[in-house]
Amino acid sequence: MSALANRYEFVLLFDVENGNPNGDPDAGNLPRIDPETGCGLVTDVCLKRKIRNYVGLAKNGEEGFNIYIQEKAVLNQRHEQAYKACALEPDKNGKRLPKKAEDAARVTAWMCANFYDVRAFGAVMSTEINCGQVRGPVQLAFARSVEPIVPQEVSITRMAVTNEKDLEKERTMGRKAIVPYGLYRAEGYISAPFAEKTGFDENDLELLWEALRTMFEHDHSAARGKMSSRKLFVFKHANRLGNTPAHALFERVTVTRKGSGTVAGPARAFSDYDVQVRRDGLESVEILEKL
Amino acid sequence: MAYGIALHVWGEYALFTRPETKSERMSYEVITPSAARGILEAIHWKPAIRWFIDKLHILNPVCFDSIRRNELACKGSAQNALQAMKKSGPLHIAVEDVRQQRAALVLRRVAYVIEAHFELTDKAGPDDNEGKHLDIFNRRARTGQCFHRPCLGCREFPAHFSLLEGSLPPSQLADDAPRDLGWMLYDLDFAHNMQPIFYRPRLAGGVIDVADCLRRSGEARP
Repeated sequence: MSALANRYEFVLLFDVENGNPNGDPDAGNLPRIDPETGCGLVTDVCLKRKIRNYVGLAKNGEEGFNIYIQEKAVLNQRHEQAYKACALEPDKNGKRLPKKAEDAARVTAWMCANFYDVRAFGAVMSTEINCGQVRGPVQLAFARSVEPIVPQEVSITRMAVTNEKDLEKERTMGRKAIVPYGLYRAEGYISAPFAEKTGFDENDLELLWEALRTMFEHDHSAARGKMSSRKLFVFKHANRLGNTPAHALFERVTVTRKGSGTVAGPARAFSDYDVQVRRDGLESVEILEKL
Repeated sequence: MAYGIALHVWGEYALFTRPETKSERMSYEVITPSAARGILEAIHWKPAIRWFIDKLHILNPVCFDSIRRNELACKGSAQNALQAMKKSGPLHIAVEDVRQQRAALVLRRVAYVIEAHFELTDKAGPDDNEGKHLDIFNRRARTGQCFHRPCLGCREFPAHFSLLEGSLPPSQLADDAPRDLGWMLYDLDFAHNMQPIFYRPRLAGGVIDVADCLRRSGEARP
């Protein structure tokens, strides 16, 4: 498949129920909060991690869809096997590598061809030559909750102890922090010229939408609670460089509280929100609802 | 300055890392000329032209915020990639094994106006003229086109932009006393092995006259 011919922007709405979407290592793993507004944050790298994990799971080491930056040893082993089974293609291009610059460029190209995350997000490889660095087409910003969140600390007990010397204590106490409910909004960009450089194609793009739709379904854990993708709006520009400023497109997606003004109280479900997208007066940009 | 442009850029976060505090990244108080050049190049650039930043208008008060993230402690190894490419073998980085938690002191809610011009380089061919490149830049900036999404220091902090064609938006720092911002990175000299060039900007009335400050500080090189 050929590389992307269009620029894209996207808005992903996801929510969390009684869970911690992204812990802050500076705040004892409490949910991240913007100190100025009280809105919750989820970092770009947190979401990229989930996209990587999803692609790793969905493609199961299929050729060309390996994941370079991996999490968890179990995943590693599975990938090693898959790698051995699939990625053993003998090198077809040329015989010997004459120059170092060319060499580096080929390694970079090979990395892009084999690893989905390198193709999508880019990677830095430590060569003296600059072409060891790839900027991927997919760019994500911090996700932010629509309204301020109020994290809650929940104390829990464990009916067992870790060390023998603590045996008389019988139990240990722990804490987990949860957000009772939060609707988060993530915004992203996809550059067609960068896609050309890394070979990120239409197929990869579909996989990205799929990952954004379903990545939370495969990321359940005691800490996360119930997280789900709720809405995914995609802005497809006719032009590869774009037709409209990104901020003007993002402003078209508005999320408001239902019956605001009449009903008070904190939101506790996605149904408490009203999501609107303004479609009027838009030329050369298609709005796709992928979820 | 016949071929000057003015671009309004803004964003929720920005991180213009001080080179001396790059492991636990700390931002400069304001955008560097180098980052501003990067933003312009994200919209339009060709080897035939080179951007020069003339003035930076700082529209919003300087405000910091701290963000700590789990990051990789290493870069990818080209050597390993080469081996995996030639022979077989697993290739990946396991994040748990090479994890670092790094804090970043970032800027909040930044807004700038970048005044800049470009000059033709010796790579300019017979088809290149100032008018053409100026037109391309202005057309793209006006319609929100860009080669890739410009960012405010790091890619996770995207920049929004619009071509400034009317009057300058008011700066909230307009009435502040003039301030010396200390030594800041001006840009990297790519012609000389990426040597950094520093300058000493002065913020007066919300404006840094980059060209003038550079002249006064005499292009300090380490």
